Amino acid sequence: MTIKIFVPIDSTALSLGANEVAVAISKEAQAKKLDIQIIRNSSRGLFWLETLVELETPQGRIGFGPINPSDVKSLFDADFINGGEHPLALGLVSEIDWLKKQERLTFARMGITEPTNIDQYMAHDGFQGLKNALNLKPEAIVETVTASGLRGRGGAAFPTGIKWKTVLDTQATQKYIVCNADEGDSGTYSDRMIMEGDPFVLIEGMIIAGLAVGATQGYIYLRSEYPHALKTLNEAIHQATKIDYLGEDILKSGKSFHLEVRRAAGAYICGEETSLLESLEGKRGLVRFKPPLPAIEGLFGKPTVVNNVVSLATVPIILAKGAKYYQDFGMGKSRGTLPIQLAGNLKRTGLVEKAFGITLRELLYDFGGGSLSGKPIKAVQVGGPLGAYLPESQFDTPLDYEKFSEIFAVLGHGGIVAFDETVNMAKMARYAFNFCAIESCGKCTPCRIGSTRGIEVIDHIMQGHDVNKHIALVRDLADTMLNGSLCALGGMTPFPVLSALNHFSKDFGVDAIDSKA
Amino acid sequence: MPGALLPLLHAIQDDIGYVPELAYSLIAKALSLSVAEVHGVVTFYHHFRTHQPGRHILQVCRAESCQALGSDALEIHIKNKLGIEFHETTPDGAFTLEPIYCLGNCACSPSVMINEEVYGRVDNKKIDQLISDLKNAS
Repeated sequence: MTIKIFVPIDSTALSLGANEVAVAISKEAQAKKLDIQIIRNSSRGLFWLETLVELETPQGRIGFGPINPSDVKSLFDADFINGGEHPLALGLVSEIDWLKKQERLTFARMGITEPTNIDQYMAHDGFQGLKNALNLKPEAIVETVTASGLRGRGGAAFPTGIKWKTVLDTQATQKYIVCNADEGDSGTYSDRMIMEGDPFVLIEGMIIAGLAVGATQGYIYLRSEYPHALKTLNEAIHQATKIDYLGEDILKSGKSFHLEVRRAAGAYICGEETSLLESLEGKRGLVRFKPPLPAIEGLFGKPTVVNNVVSLATVPIILAKGAKYYQDFGMGKSRGTLPIQLAGNLKRTGLVEKAFGITLRELLYDFGGGSLSGKPIKAVQVGGPLGAYLPESQFDTPLDYEKFSEIFAVLGHGGIVAFDETVNMAKMARYAFNFCAIESCGKCTPCRIGSTRGIEVIDHIMQGHDVNKHIALVRDLADTMLNGSLCALGGMTPFPVLSALNHFSKDFGVDAIDSKA
Repeated sequence: MPGALLPLLHAIQDDIGYVPELAYSLIAKALSLSVAEVHGVVTFYHHFRTHQPGRHILQVCRAESCQALGSDALEIHIKNKLGIEFHETTPDGAFTLEPIYCLGNCACSPSVMINEEVYGRVDNKKIDQLISDLKNAS
């Protein structure tokens, strides 16, 4: 009987040598004349265990990890296929505590299926949401998404259903669904995992969105830093088109939806929805004034839904299992689950999908296992480069949009980057201004000029020149950027800057600072 | 094709490694744009190059997660090793060095991308090996 061995094809696994591991397994098996089949599955998101090799057994899939190419020979020498003991054996993968404690809704298939195998997608509940949606009126689809409480997972947390309602209610000859796959926030990779690992769930979500608002054309605006996602998405679109899930007359419903991937070109600002639309139109990614909202005048001036990858990929399970099922997870006004991405200086990094309400401390220590370096965690940046830095005293904050907002922080796209005590927070504040200066589209003055002035003022502080005077200047500048910028890039750069200043004043050369952020 | 400019620029760069200024007027004509508009778009996006790069493109992530695990020191090491700064090419034409802001590999920082392949948990030893492998291959 052929033995099935799984080696992930996700780019983080590849970055640690998964292809070399697969080649080594194949060679060893040939040498030992073993009948094996290597399956390139998506990653479970247990990146601290990559390359995570899995072996199919009658009891379930047994894991081995982290496996380097040089470990493969020892696996075969230990006869791992027949239950031989090996120090890197992890037991049943589904029983690994780190995975078992999660609530995987959007990421339900992650690590289990082959990314571009549409039959496997269907065998694991794929397209159930679409089939339900095809039997519903557009208003009813929108109502289901609204009732689920789903809010935009890109970072702005705007209720998805309300955005869709606006597009549905706007009359036009052409409407568009645009997927924002310009995942530029440092510390985040959940969009990449979906596009590389379960592309059909995104495609299904986009078709449902099209049915809901009456849009027949979709675009995935994909960042150029994700070449593997590009290949996977294009292959998945090809597969779905071949069997009439995409194109004209979807499943003989009379409805049509066409989908195309467009590559971005390395501009962080194009993650901002109006800048993204300019870029899709073939222009410089300059932020547009709002109103008009993209839902009314978006791509090529037509009503457009712009949603993040995770938002769209969550729609299928809501349509498959109902609004209430999804709504029952979470806390307060933050309903459902958040795919949290653990990054930076942590022992056990990877994707943790949990209902809202889990605390930062649980994520950093129970899941993350504390710092990788073994030194105390000093600061944690949540929500990408425009997110606040949180000190230890705020680690008990539950993950909830409103609770984070109360402490002048954001959840953003769910990325969590931990730093140990060696970090200098004045340097990180300087970096935040510098990043803003590099990525500013240049349309508004507070962002274009303010970011560069910010670098200069922080330099004065770091050199000890007239520190108190310059700190007052930074606060004044932050106030201007916060209130006067056209979009979140200039408007939120003060989050990392001021949080660093307020919580880690010693790094700025002063003992205590009256925080009035 | 609506919004054809970016796909066209990508196709050119994929093919020859950069978008030469000589091509601006041709592109402008084909898409009914002005040369200034084409120039504006090419120069707005970090991804597009206007000069021939080296045979290998080495991009070092400078974002927060990588900084948390020592990418600043790695960046200095690479610059010293190749003897060039960001946006420069080694005199033998082998390497072009570029900064990049997040490769989505933040669970295994620090990361670099070489010729569109990502490498994670990169330290000085690993990058030295990668660079010497590429030198030997070319």
